[in-house]
Amino acid sequence: MPAFPKAADTSTHNTQLRANLRHATHTIRAKRATAVAELDDWGRLRAAGAAIKDRTLRHLDHYLEQLERAVTAAGGQVHWAADADEANRIVTELVRATGEREVVKVKSMATQEIGLNHALAEAGITAYETDLAELIVQLGDDLPSHILVPAIHRNRAEIRDIFTAKMARWGRPAPDGLTDAPADLAEAARLHLREKFLNAKVGVSGANFMVAETGTLVVVESEGNGRMCLTLPDTLISVVGIEKVVPTFQDLEVFLQLLPRSSTAERMNPYTSTWTGTTDDDGPRAFHLVLLDNGRTDALADTVGRQALRCIRCSACLNVCPVYERAGGHAYGSAYPGPIGAILTPQLRGTQSELDASLPYASSLCGACYEVCPVAIDIPEVLLHLRERVVEGGPASVRGTRAVIKPAKGHAAERAAMRAASWALDHPRVLRSGQRLASRTRRFHPRRLPGPGRAWSDSRELPTVPAESFRDWWQRTRTTTTPRHGDDRNTP
Amino acid sequence: MRVGLFITCVNDTLYPHTGQAVVTLLERLGVEVGFPPEQSCCGQPQFNTGYRHETEPLVRRYATAFRDYDCIVAPSGSCAAMVRDNYPRIGAKAAAEGRGRELADAAAAVVPRTYELTEFLTDVLEVTDVGAYYPHTVTYHPTCHGLRMLHLGDRPRALLSAVRGLKLVELPGAEECCGFGGTFAVKNPAVSAAMGADKAHNITATGAEAVCAVDNSCQMHIGGTLARQGSTVRPVHIAEILASTEGDIW
Ligand code: SF4
Repeated sequence: MPAFPKAADTSTHNTQLRANLRHATHTIRAKRATAVAELDDWGRLRAAGAAIKDRTLRHLDHYLEQLERAVTAAGGQVHWAADADEANRIVTELVRATGEREVVKVKSMATQEIGLNHALAEAGITAYETDLAELIVQLGDDLPSHILVPAIHRNRAEIRDIFTAKMARWGRPAPDGLTDAPADLAEAARLHLREKFLNAKVGVSGANFMVAETGTLVVVESEGNGRMCLTLPDTLISVVGIEKVVPTFQDLEVFLQLLPRSSTAERMNPYTSTWTGTTDDDGPRAFHLVLLDNGRTDALADTVGRQALRCIRCSACLNVCPVYERAGGHAYGSAYPGPIGAILTPQLRGTQSELDASLPYASSLCGACYEVCPVAIDIPEVLLHLRERVVEGGPASVRGTRAVIKPAKGHAAERAAMRAASWALDHPRVLRSGQRLASRTRRFHPRRLPGPGRAWSDSRELPTVPAESFRDWWQRTRTTTTPRHGDDRNTP
Repeated sequence: MRVGLFITCVNDTLYPHTGQAVVTLLERLGVEVGFPPEQSCCGQPQFNTGYRHETEPLVRRYATAFRDYDCIVAPSGSCAAMVRDNYPRIGAKAAAEGRGRELADAAAAVVPRTYELTEFLTDVLEVTDVGAYYPHTVTYHPTCHGLRMLHLGDRPRALLSAVRGLKLVELPGAEECCGFGGTFAVKNPAVSAAMGADKAHNITATGAEAVCAVDNSCQMHIGGTLARQGSTVRPVHIAEILASTEGDIW
């Protein structure tokens, strides 16, 4: 993956993509604002959501052990995965043990994060995505571009073409003469997926929440496809990030209000599925919970950055982000796009690659993401914190051990420039002679800048340097009697 | 009341006219304005790019320069927000890194006395009608820092509404970022330019003669984009409108 600015440069030139994104984000943005405005205790709910998550994160070891005991007591089996490879290995072995070569999947960010579908494919196991948007992405050989609406970057005509061309290769083909009417597209997907649900023996899911006291897992969705995957197969394997645990069942009361209003602008989501271990003669007979770390312990060790683990993946921050709206989800190079991706990915993966080091800069710091976040994650604060890590390095937790990380490569010139600027600004006399030089040479200033400034003058006119700086004007008018405005009010 | 003017490095170097307007306006309202020449930059470019250590001398410089003023007024929402939101963080981190409480104490002493210009007018001086006259159609762009960090709310609009001769027209998508974002404009030029282009189109669509904001950094980006698009809409700082009178239009 190229660094963010390069990938975003490409997507800003794709006018169809920008139009699709703009339309989708602006529609949901307005709806969300209305849904949130309906609750007069939104502010308190938001604070409660943040507080529950913070407390849980502070005692994460305790709640995870409690969860493990509860899941085991309910007939499930818990597996711990330190990283993506380990999680993929565990899931692959669990599927192999059933003798099956196919699994149906509930939409899941965690399995996207670890690249599970790819790992299963390498082991000869086919994973079928059953969320409508994920299906579009999978059939189109594409990557998700949004947390909630992975195919947000596609319009109806594009979806029709994908269905017509690709459905047959994965199972039941698209009906002849498929139109791009939403109802027709949904029906084609329904028929295609029904076949999968009824034949599948293994289901793979994530979870929105895990309740420590009861061992209950929760999936929140709009289509009902997830519920089919959760209840029809004999074996259910859930891969869940360790930060998804909440202490008690009652805590769901807060999150089941915050999540749907922030994500789909619904008062309540159409389907909330909960499952606790296994139940005789009902639902899956075997249940496996794979608890995924994959960098979360490192994020947890960071007192500023850890707030990113409060995220409930509602996608509200993506929908208001002006940068996401132009760059699109793919530019962020991970399962987590938009503002949350810009702070989560560099914490989970580190800041060593060029892409990961560029992510904390993928924001104009406008603050819209913080304003909408239902668990009050101060995304701009974490961005600044991570920028410091990129350019100055410093202490951090790396794969569970304390380390002092070096600044990311390629910032030496910038660091020198910043140091020089700070030095000049800390010596007003130097600043002043710089200003005077700029003023004296103003007639010779180029209309196009060289070097890193070129990008600026490519799309904007440069300001002209005035004949006199403010401080020179102040000194001249306050110490002599030639005020600018022809009256004497500016003289001391 | 001793009021210190924090002119900010961008205004000082590129927009002295705005600073002159602030002085004119405040003096017209009976405020005695001082300009400590040892001031320089708030440190935002360094801090927002990740160079916190490089920002520290500038925090110290600000605190020293304005030590003796009752109020500090800045004609810039983002610089005022930098002082108010980030100086305490920078001080606290310096203390946490074992470099003593000196910076934290210095920051704590100036933070509550720092005001953005429109805040100072409405909250401290308690005026909305500053006696200005400006016979033009104007649209107002609420900058991100003014909107979401300082929570300026309706203050600038209230001040503009009281200006005689001025017709205020609403800006579509007003609350969206213009795409400047300091070094963001250099580090992510494509996205910044795309955001700026959309903002400029929205501004031109209002039919206004001028676009007004509380920050010249955003205006530099917006104005540069407008000019590149061939738009005739002029960027003006709110201080220049508020300083205008019938006999002296800025
Ligand atoms: S960071 Fe906040 S707004 Fe963004 S997806 Fe997570 S919970 Fe939602």
